[in-house]
Amino acid sequence: MTARTVPPAPAPAGHYGFAHAARMEWIKLRSLRSTAWALLLTVAGMIAIGVVTMANTKVPSADRAAEFDPTNNVLAGVALGQLVVGVLGVLVVTGEYSSGSIRSTLAAIPDRRTLLTAKAAVYGALTLLVGEAIALVTFFAGRAALADGVPRPGIGDPGVLRAVLLSGAYLGLIGLLGIGIGALTRHTASAIAALVAVTFVLPAVIGGISGTTVAKFFPTMIAGNSLAVAKPVSDMLSPWTGFAVLCVYVAVVLVAGARLLARRDA
Amino acid sequence: MIEVQGLTKRYGPTTAVEALSFEVRPGAVTGFLGPNGSGKSTTMRMIMGLDRPDAGQALISGRRYGELRWPLREVGALLEARTFHPGRSARAHLSALAAAGGIRPARVDEVLGTVGLSDVAGRRAGTYSLGMAQRLGIAAALLGDPGVLLFDEPVNGLDPEGVRWIRELMRSLAAEGRTVLLSSHLISEMALTADHLVVVGQGRLLADTSVRELTARGRSLEEAFFALTGASAEYRGAVHPTHDTRHDAAAGDHHGAASVVDAAPERNDR
Repeated sequence: MTARTVPPAPAPAGHYGFAHAARMEWIKLRSLRSTAWALLLTVAGMIAIGVVTMANTKVPSADRAAEFDPTNNVLAGVALGQLVVGVLGVLVVTGEYSSGSIRSTLAAIPDRRTLLTAKAAVYGALTLLVGEAIALVTFFAGRAALADGVPRPGIGDPGVLRAVLLSGAYLGLIGLLGIGIGALTRHTASAIAALVAVTFVLPAVIGGISGTTVAKFFPTMIAGNSLAVAKPVSDMLSPWTGFAVLCVYVAVVLVAGARLLARRDA
Repeated sequence: MIEVQGLTKRYGPTTAVEALSFEVRPGAVTGFLGPNGSGKSTTMRMIMGLDRPDAGQALISGRRYGELRWPLREVGALLEARTFHPGRSARAHLSALAAAGGIRPARVDEVLGTVGLSDVAGRRAGTYSLGMAQRLGIAAALLGDPGVLLFDEPVNGLDPEGVRWIRELMRSLAAEGRTVLLSSHLISEMALTADHLVVVGQGRLLADTSVRELTARGRSLEEAFFALTGASAEYRGAVHPTHDTRHDAAAGDHHGAASVVDAAPERNDR
């Protein structure tokens, strides 16, 4: 046997960790064109829908003036936005399995919990920032577009800033939900089906059967009736309760996804 | 140094790898030879920590893959042709891996040059031919300048020039003192590239010997291979490699690393 003539470059002290995994995930996320296109679609679509909805908001009748809440229109485009952001989150995980890149990813970061944490942190932070930007722009542009005579909400009015910021945070939470569902199924089609079921189909069906009793716990209902409201809606979860419930969903799905990733063969 | 110790993997009722033990030493190319479905890829996936063994363990420099401090700096692997996202460029794919391994970014262009992909490094990798995909996989394996390298069927899809390039790369990596495990079912290629051979059939060890020694057992390495693997269904025990194989021997009659496990009569009808 030949003696070793090229010793390996001395490895730095310590070991790989979350920061390395997060840097890898950030490079992977921004090096796919689909990321930029999807987020651009989300930003443009949600702002346009929100502003147009604001522009078409009518002056409330006298008996409804007390509950008139134009800030709610900040999330008018959420049906589009949550679908794009959620699907992109699913693909952050399932795209690795369908392409086979999961094998090089796990060769670099064998600890699957660290990997999923990094994916969630990077994509969650990105979608949170995008969501907050959308909510703030939609609020100010939409307020400027309100017809004459419609009461204009101020960002300092009670509950308005909360409604705008929680609306933005919703996109980040849906992005994380997509990652968690992706980790659970590891298949794009089934993960997207689950995402659509939870955000669109189930609340509609259950709402049709039993009203808001159960439906108010579904993400889309929480977004529209709990988060994006300056004036809380009766029969619905309060803003902070709704936000907490969503956070619990995300935590449960991510923890379950991490456990399954760690247990299954890649 | 790779140590495979009693590795076993079952998929439902099927046993893919059974009580497989061998060592891969530095400074040589160790060929991992066996028919399709003999458990080579499953074994390599367990070495890489991708699949969890049902029994036994695989150690790299004394640690399981999941315990390595800087995996990419210690092990480089090409497991399948396409282990990258088709929408990402070769450069982005390698840059992401470099970030994960704490590897300096300039190393990305170095390995792209080594494998001859510099001119297409900015192209989406999904547009690559199979040969280019293999080269990208090899670039990823070399990225961390690791002392242990695993290649699963690396010459697939390569033209004759590429096959020769791989052969010389393997030999030079081993000559530098690295541990190289190379799986293939191309026996002629193995005869040219490998120093040592681990032969498996139906998930079990059939031989752990030098290429020269195995070749000497038949008229050619190919013939010796068929003699071994043709008998793998009737595996019963171990005999000394220098013995005539035409008898039953008690199991456990190993003699060092160069043991040959073969229990059935050699076939002369091939």
